[in-house]
Amino acid sequence: MTRPGFVLEVDDRTPPLLVHEGLGFRLEEFPQGTRVVYPPESLPTVPDVDAAIRESLENPVDSEPLRELMFPGMRLTIAFDDLSLPLPTMKAPDIRGRIIEQVLTIAAEKGVDDVEIIAALALHRRMTDAEMKHIVGERVFRSFAPSGKLYNHDAEDRANLEHMGVTEKGEDVEINKRAATSDLLIYVNVNLVAMDGGHKSVGIGLASYKSIKHHHNAKTMVHSRSFMDHKHSEMHSSAWRMGRLIGEHVKVFQIETTLDNEVFGRPYDTLLKREWEWSLRDQATVLGLRRGLAVAPQKMRHKMFHDLRSNYGLTGITAGAVEPVHELTVQRVHQQQRVKVEGQSDVMVMGVPYLGPYNVNSTMNPILAACMGLGYYFNSYLRQPVVREGGVAILYHPLDEGFNTLTHPSYVDFYEEVLADTTDPALIGPKFEEQFATDPWYVHLYRTSNAYHGVHPFYMWYWIAHALDHLGDVIWVGGNPKAAARMGFRSATTLRDALEMASSTVGPSPSITYLRNPPHLLADVR
Amino acid sequence: MLALEMYRSVAKTALGKVAGGRMPLLLTGAAAPLRMVTLDPPKVVHDGWARLRVSLSGICGSDLGMLSGKTSLYFQPLVSLPFVPGHEIVGELIDPCGDLAAGTRVVVDPVLTCAARGLEACEACARGETNRCSRITVGDISSGLQTGFCHDTGGGWSQQLSVHRSQLHVVPEGYSDEQALLAEPVACAVHTARRAAVRPGDRVLVSGAGAVGLLATLALRELTDAGEIVVVAKHAHQRELALEFGATEVVAPSETLRRIRRATSAFMIEPEMMASPYLLGGVDVTVDAVGSKESLQTCLHATRAGGRVVLSGMPASADLSAAWFRELEVVGTYASSRGSGDFATALDLVGHDAMCRLAKTVAPYPLHRWREALDHAHSAGRLGTVKVAFDPRRTN
Repeated sequence: MTRPGFVLEVDDRTPPLLVHEGLGFRLEEFPQGTRVVYPPESLPTVPDVDAAIRESLENPVDSEPLRELMFPGMRLTIAFDDLSLPLPTMKAPDIRGRIIEQVLTIAAEKGVDDVEIIAALALHRRMTDAEMKHIVGERVFRSFAPSGKLYNHDAEDRANLEHMGVTEKGEDVEINKRAATSDLLIYVNVNLVAMDGGHKSVGIGLASYKSIKHHHNAKTMVHSRSFMDHKHSEMHSSAWRMGRLIGEHVKVFQIETTLDNEVFGRPYDTLLKREWEWSLRDQATVLGLRRGLAVAPQKMRHKMFHDLRSNYGLTGITAGAVEPVHELTVQRVHQQQRVKVEGQSDVMVMGVPYLGPYNVNSTMNPILAACMGLGYYFNSYLRQPVVREGGVAILYHPLDEGFNTLTHPSYVDFYEEVLADTTDPALIGPKFEEQFATDPWYVHLYRTSNAYHGVHPFYMWYWIAHALDHLGDVIWVGGNPKAAARMGFRSATTLRDALEMASSTVGPSPSITYLRNPPHLLADVR
Repeated sequence: MLALEMYRSVAKTALGKVAGGRMPLLLTGAAAPLRMVTLDPPKVVHDGWARLRVSLSGICGSDLGMLSGKTSLYFQPLVSLPFVPGHEIVGELIDPCGDLAAGTRVVVDPVLTCAARGLEACEACARGETNRCSRITVGDISSGLQTGFCHDTGGGWSQQLSVHRSQLHVVPEGYSDEQALLAEPVACAVHTARRAAVRPGDRVLVSGAGAVGLLATLALRELTDAGEIVVVAKHAHQRELALEFGATEVVAPSETLRRIRRATSAFMIEPEMMASPYLLGGVDVTVDAVGSKESLQTCLHATRAGGRVVLSGMPASADLSAAWFRELEVVGTYASSRGSGDFATALDLVGHDAMCRLAKTVAPYPLHRWREALDHAHSAGRLGTVKVAFDPRRTN
């Protein structure tokens, strides 16, 4: 029986609680009365994954069975989510590969020869062959990659983009030409959190900058409340308009999957357990890990964490028409991650772990850490933020990993040039975005290397626009003071110091809520 | 009279060259081939010469380079040891000099041209390109490219020296000694700006924000139609001054290539084996105002194909591949040219508000505290000073 998520109130019997902070974690003693939000335990997983996939393809929602949508001579395109999902990367075989195998089997049975498989990475970095192989599996990779039928989407390849029109709000819809001109476009997703999937999959994953800029901007992001609630998110509304327009031109068959909360494999699975339930063995593991991490050089800690593969299990799979499929998907995500929280607090505490969607096999630079904390975790709410307007966010991360110039070249310039000028998301867009987005060097690196698009750091900063608009102060515990200051934040050595600093904003005895995340949780704040 | 004298000492020069980088104190201590001496006052022997009482004499980067053994041996035949250094000089005439009465306050253009040497003008001098004089080792006075490197004339790091009328510029009314002191380095900067041949709207990079870089920035901004001027500065006060002097943007040395790449939409190339990255594309004109290998390399690597690299600081050796491959014009700029009126222009620029403020920060030292003065000058950037000078009138 899965135990639901719940809110713990810290009292004198509460042990120190685990807080992630980059390539490590600490055990923190929170003030009495602090509310700690724990996500639900993992839901039961699908016992026979292959059978569940088969069932979803044969009995889709609001759609003919996949087999009936295929015919000889057709153009079939399969798109799938890139390595930014799930987090951490799941142990092989990846669920996307298993689905693609079954789709290809059906295509072969129906005599479909013209098949191409595209990694829908939007403006993310190109995946390496090894990363691609991990997702689609050895067999698919060997069958399609050498002949150029399995590839990364290129949002800057003008010759292979199709402008499909503009929405009723004047938004350009431009996506991958192969996908746009296919008889059938199948999208295989991993719906790790509620913001993923739906029309966001094709409408963003296969789009160009010209299209994406309509919803990835400070104005839209401030009015997305929250990203995890697509019916109240401006960004999702825009993606939905685009998706519906795409649906008028190309048949989209959406396959969405949901996962349980088994974020870490052994020996890190202890980190997912509730602290007062730690056995002696768990305590020894945590102690050993802390001691080991304390003496390990950063490079080794980076390897220890980034080599980690998750034990995610499949909680459900639904295929068919985009919108009804996504409704069912969101229900399952909510079931797995939703926790009821009564009322807002003055202070919100978040531990930012080593990994976010944009630093898989790379480094968590300060901009990504800010995005992870103030973009993703802050926005992990339904109805209203966990922290009241004008409240304080306290985040844990050392902000000391630096920048990976292979994967994040434009981030370095963004950090040194743009943030030195202003940290206001509304100002940086008009002043700098176009320059970065069209910089030929960044475009070159995005297209030929493994670099995020030049505009990507702007999107990270837009992600935090809502938090910056809402919060009165942001303090990083253990954060590099220079990096924090560059981003317009403050840093503190300890939680006690951070609360002391926060007292000028929220008073000496603030109400505090700590989001014990990961595993993923979604605070439903009443 | 009291003077500081540089003398020949192979051992000290070698020590400064080898160990000065790691132990900077050596450069003003055991390794300094400089001594305080009592010399006979200068005697005026030739026509057109007069004695000058020194009010202030600056310490220039080239003086520090010479004292620390970093200056190329190329210059060895162009000086006459022992000599009194100091070529940035403001003082009062003790004797009348041509049309100038005794007591006139003047600044010195230190280049010792054919006129000062009692020679018929060489081709360069005849064209007014006095800084290119071909006769700097012969004539009435001993070898020396400038006052401050010549045994016979003496230099500014003393109470008196002899000067030729061709070297003198009257200090305009209302200028302080400190302002006047800056006229010579500003004249060099004016010449740099002219040699840079900046076209309207050109993007310029000035590498270095010491006195040479800051004054070059001012001259480029005031005398050319340069578009963006990016200045490379190490220290916070240099950043502020560079902006005050006309820089559009100031960057740290480690950021330079990236920022130029961004600003010019260039491509960054990163060779293997620890070689320095460089740009394909870049700014139109770069000015090396440091004279270090790193700075010159930055300039060569940040200039667009067909662009111009101006050597304003005394240059160090560097990989010239970019100059060949990118067809760069590498241009030297030395001192100032009388024919172009660089000094007159400089005296106008010295009246600029930013220069007035800068003049107030000049750090004066009496001659006997020369070790402290040189220490200060070596660390001027870090200590927030742009110009350190000797004031032979001071006793403490």
